[in-house]
Amino acid sequence: MVRLKNAFMRCYLAFILLFLYAPIFVLIVLSFNDSRSRVTWGGFTLKWYGRLFSSRQILEALETTLLLGLASAAAATVIGTLGAVGIQAMRKRGYQIVMSVTNIPILNADIVTGIALMLWFVRLIPLGFGSVLVAHITFNIPYVILSVMPKLKSLNLSIYEAARDLGAGSVYAFFHIVLPQIGSGILAGFFMALTMSMDDFVITYFTKGAGVNTLSTMIYGEIRKGIKPEMYALSTLLFAVIFVILLAFNALSGKGKNTEDVIERSR
Amino acid sequence: MSRKYLATPYIIWIVGFTLLPLVSIAVSAFTGDDGSYTWDNILAIAEPINRQALLFSLAIAFGCTLLCILLAYPAALILKSLRLGRKGFTIFLLVLPMWMNFILRILAWQMILSKNGILNFIVGKFGGAPLAIGNTWIALMIGMVYDFLPYMILPIFNAISDIDEDIIEAARDLGAGGMAVFCKIIFPLSMPGMLSGIVMVFVPAMTSFVIADILGGGKLQLIGNIIEQEFMKSMDWHLGAGLSISLMLLVLIGLAFTMRNDLEEKGTSIW
Repeated sequence: MVRLKNAFMRCYLAFILLFLYAPIFVLIVLSFNDSRSRVTWGGFTLKWYGRLFSSRQILEALETTLLLGLASAAAATVIGTLGAVGIQAMRKRGYQIVMSVTNIPILNADIVTGIALMLWFVRLIPLGFGSVLVAHITFNIPYVILSVMPKLKSLNLSIYEAARDLGAGSVYAFFHIVLPQIGSGILAGFFMALTMSMDDFVITYFTKGAGVNTLSTMIYGEIRKGIKPEMYALSTLLFAVIFVILLAFNALSGKGKNTEDVIERSR
Repeated sequence: MSRKYLATPYIIWIVGFTLLPLVSIAVSAFTGDDGSYTWDNILAIAEPINRQALLFSLAIAFGCTLLCILLAYPAALILKSLRLGRKGFTIFLLVLPMWMNFILRILAWQMILSKNGILNFIVGKFGGAPLAIGNTWIALMIGMVYDFLPYMILPIFNAISDIDEDIIEAARDLGAGGMAVFCKIIFPLSMPGMLSGIVMVFVPAMTSFVIADILGGGKLQLIGNIIEQEFMKSMDWHLGAGLSISLMLLVLIGLAFTMRNDLEEKGTSIW
């Protein structure tokens, strides 16, 4: 009975994972398909991977996407971490007001955020890379704050105070005591922000103006004409790189965790 | 220097790029083409075409949220009970698909579900009659559930994982069976996770336009599609802003309702 239940549970999970990974599998297969058609299999080829690196248009969009992702995630991480530290020191009233405004970009619909930013930008600055960058930083900061905040709450302040009593300056104490304790939250926030930025379409679409393209907006523009197979190749490559990085990250942190457990048990 | 001043850049940022843009969209919404003050753009949501799109979006969003809960809850329970190594690995499995471009993934669903698509090829191999799912609301629903499911599984999984094992054991020691443990402990304690899942699925499902664009074959109009067309095709920004504000207010009222239920829920579950 238990075995049957277990088998059923595994089947259900396999079904969910198949559902989540089926389109990814389709795209990976298409990247090796030696035919421009999306429905017929023309044999195995690597030519789309080769052509990818000679397509200036695609490489430019890739560069914009990566630059945008890294720059907006980095800026959001700095502003957001400082913000979280500051907000936590606020009185209850101020804390509540700032935190509810922080939730706006997360709760509000992408389309409304995108349009609001666009209507604001056209009064201020020309639409282009700069406006998209500002927009991405704006929707990225809340993710950083929300992942740093819990770490700050569980922070052991007496160690920081002990360091200050022993003569450490506030900046020195911050970098040596506070930062190591909230570091994992900051890193998680950075990755979350990077993921959100690279996966965004709607807000970029409304704030980009003419001339700037990320991979998402470029693909959207190509839907009617038909997607270039090079795009499948590039997505497969990006996916593979992230897969390896995350797997290594997972294995490494898993190792660290295991050794911690071992130390814990040997005591 | 007080620690709270470290938040200064952030405060400036949210005033400049979260609050003022909302003021900006409101100003556009309440302005007519001739620059006069008007309610027409806000009230345009009641016009037949817009109202129809709004009701269709509501129906799709409700259906999508419900399906996500039904699919995600067992998945979260199973992920917890199978103990697939650490918590991080489960999250990794659910977040990884997001690293393949979102529009490409939806296009892949179009290839799977279309008339000459992969699904019908497989059905044909087994001798079944081809399914006519492509470009219908069923395809739209599949695409939406696909895209938002991880946002429902993750918070429920987190909530269930955070339940103190001691509470469950205490219940068992006191004679509770599997069903009682689930109804009295696991389910109530997973409610906050489910509520944040509902918010994270319902809002984007209600307001998206890309999925309907691709999987609806241009025939299915969600309110998001109407707003997008006002901006990008008709170039009527005032009307688009007005519809956005109406949509935002409707969603906010819905959220406030969910949150209030949440508070009441907390109030009753203590007793």
